[in-house]
Amino acid sequence: MQDLGIQVLFQGRNFIRLWEGLWVTLRIAVISMAFSVLLGFFLGMVMTMHNRAVRCITRLYLETVRILPQLVLLFLVYFGAAKHLGINMSGETAAIIVFTFWGTAEMGDLVRGALIATPRHQYESAGGLGMNTLQTYFYVIIPQTIRRLLPPAVNLLTRMIKTTSLVVLIGVVEVVKVGKQIIDASRYQTPTAALWIYGVIFIMYFIVCYPFSRLSLWLEKKYEI
Amino acid sequence: MKKKLLGVILTAGLLAGVLAGCGQTKEAASTAAPATEETAPAAESAAEPAESQDASASAQARSLEDIKADGKLVIGVFSDKNPFGYVDANGDVQGYDVYFAKRLALDLFGSEDAVEFVYVEAASRVEYLKSAKVDIILANFTVTDERSEQVDFALPYMKVALGVVSPESNLITDVEQLKEKTLIVVKGTTAETYFQENYPEINLLKFDEYQEAYDALADGRGDAFSTDNTEVLAWALQNKGFAVGIESIGNLDTIAPAVQKGNTELLNWINEEIESLAAEQFFHKDFEETLKPVYGDSVDADSLVVEGGIVD
Repeated sequence: MQDLGIQVLFQGRNFIRLWEGLWVTLRIAVISMAFSVLLGFFLGMVMTMHNRAVRCITRLYLETVRILPQLVLLFLVYFGAAKHLGINMSGETAAIIVFTFWGTAEMGDLVRGALIATPRHQYESAGGLGMNTLQTYFYVIIPQTIRRLLPPAVNLLTRMIKTTSLVVLIGVVEVVKVGKQIIDASRYQTPTAALWIYGVIFIMYFIVCYPFSRLSLWLEKKYEI
Repeated sequence: MKKKLLGVILTAGLLAGVLAGCGQTKEAASTAAPATEETAPAAESAAEPAESQDASASAQARSLEDIKADGKLVIGVFSDKNPFGYVDANGDVQGYDVYFAKRLALDLFGSEDAVEFVYVEAASRVEYLKSAKVDIILANFTVTDERSEQVDFALPYMKVALGVVSPESNLITDVEQLKEKTLIVVKGTTAETYFQENYPEINLLKFDEYQEAYDALADGRGDAFSTDNTEVLAWALQNKGFAVGIESIGNLDTIAPAVQKGNTELLNWINEEIESLAAEQFFHKDFEETLKPVYGDSVDADSLVVEGGIVD
C-alpha cells in the first residue's frame, strides 16, 4: 500500500485543497477575462480608426504585451509597484491587473479583426437608416462580430487559465502549487505521489476548460445565420 | 467622420481613467507616508543611509514598532521544501523554519498564531524583502556575500556542509579513502567545485540530475556520492545498504533569517532572540520536532543546528 501514490490524495484535506487551488486559478482567469472582453471591445474599435497616432500607440501597446513575458509583467506589477510607487497590492490583484493588461491587448486585436471583416455595406446601411455611430456599433456591428469572436475568445480564456500557473511566483497559491506542496510533503513517505497528483491536476484542468469550449460551440451554433 | 470622433472620445476617456487611477494611488501613498513617520522616527533614520547607498529603490520596510502596532509578523517561508518549510495534509505550514517563526511570534506578541505566512519561491526571496512584502524571510536562506549586499542577515540558526554517502559494505568515512576512487557529483553543485579544487586526485563522475546520480550510486558505477549533507542524509535513510560516512566536509555555509537592508531595529531584535534562545537550546528542540522524524537517529543534531548564532 505504501507505494500507491494515489492514497496521498485522500490524506487530510489534500483533495479539497486541490479544488480550492483550482478555484483560485479560475477566479483569476475569469475576472481577468471579463475585464479583457469589456476593455478589448473599446480597444478594438479604437484600433480600427485611421488616425496615425492612435494606430501607432495601440500597435505599440499590442507589441509590448506580446513581446514581454507574462512573468516579467507579474514581477513588475507586484514587486515594482511596491518598490517604486509604494502601492502594496495582493498577489491576486497584481495577477488580475497583468492578465487584464494582456487579455485586453489580445482581445482588442481580435475585435479589430472581426470589425474589419464586417462588410462595409453593413456600416453604410445602418447609416442609411439614420443610426449614429454608437447605434451602428451596438445594434448592427457588435452582434455580428460576437459570432466571429467566440472561438478565439474562448481560446484566449483557456490559455489564460493555463497561464495562471505562473502566479505562484508572486505568492498566489493556485492548483499547481498546491500539487507541488502535496508532493513535497509526502516526499519521504510516498515518493511516487508526483505522477498521481499531476495526473489529477491534468484532469482538473480538463474539467474546467472543456465546458468552456463546449459552451462556445453551442453559442456559435445558436448565433449561426 | 463620426467614427473618428467616437474613437477620439474613447481614447480620451481611457486616458482620463488611467490618469485618475494614478492620481488616486499617489494620494493614498502620500497620506500613508506621514503616518509611518510619526510612529517610527527611529527606524526611518536608520533606513535612510542604506537607501542612499543602494541605488535601486526599496519600499520602506515595517519597523519593529510598526509590527508591534499591527499585532502580526509577516514572515516569508517555503511551502514545498520538506522538512524546512512545507504544507501538511491539513493545509497547515510546518517545518524547521516555521517552528522558529512561530516562536518569534510567541515572544513578540505572546501568541504563536500572531504570524502571517507568505509562501515564497527561492528566486524571489530577495524581492519580497526589497518590496517590503514581508518583514522577515525564514526560507532556508543560505548566507552568501552576494546576498549580503542586498539584504541584512541575522545570526545563523543552521549550518550546511557537504556530505558523502556510500554503500555500507564499503563505507567511506574519511576523504583520504576516496583517492584513486570514483566520486559521483551533480554538475553545478558546490560539491563539484569543492572536490575539483581541493582533491584533484579523486575521479569525478558527473551527472546533470540528482536522480541519475543516485541511480549511478545504486548501480555501483561510483564508490560514493557527494552533495549537501541534508540531502544525502535523507536519501540514505530511505535506501537500505547505504550510509553517510562523512556528514560534514567542505565549506560550511550558514542559514540565517534575513530582513530588509537597513531595518536594523528588527535585525537587532532577531539577533537578541537567537542569543537568548540558546539558553534553552531552542534549535535542538526544533530539530527534535521537525527534522528528527525525517533524519532519524542517523543524524547528530550538532552537525546541522546552530545555537546562539555561534558556528564552531
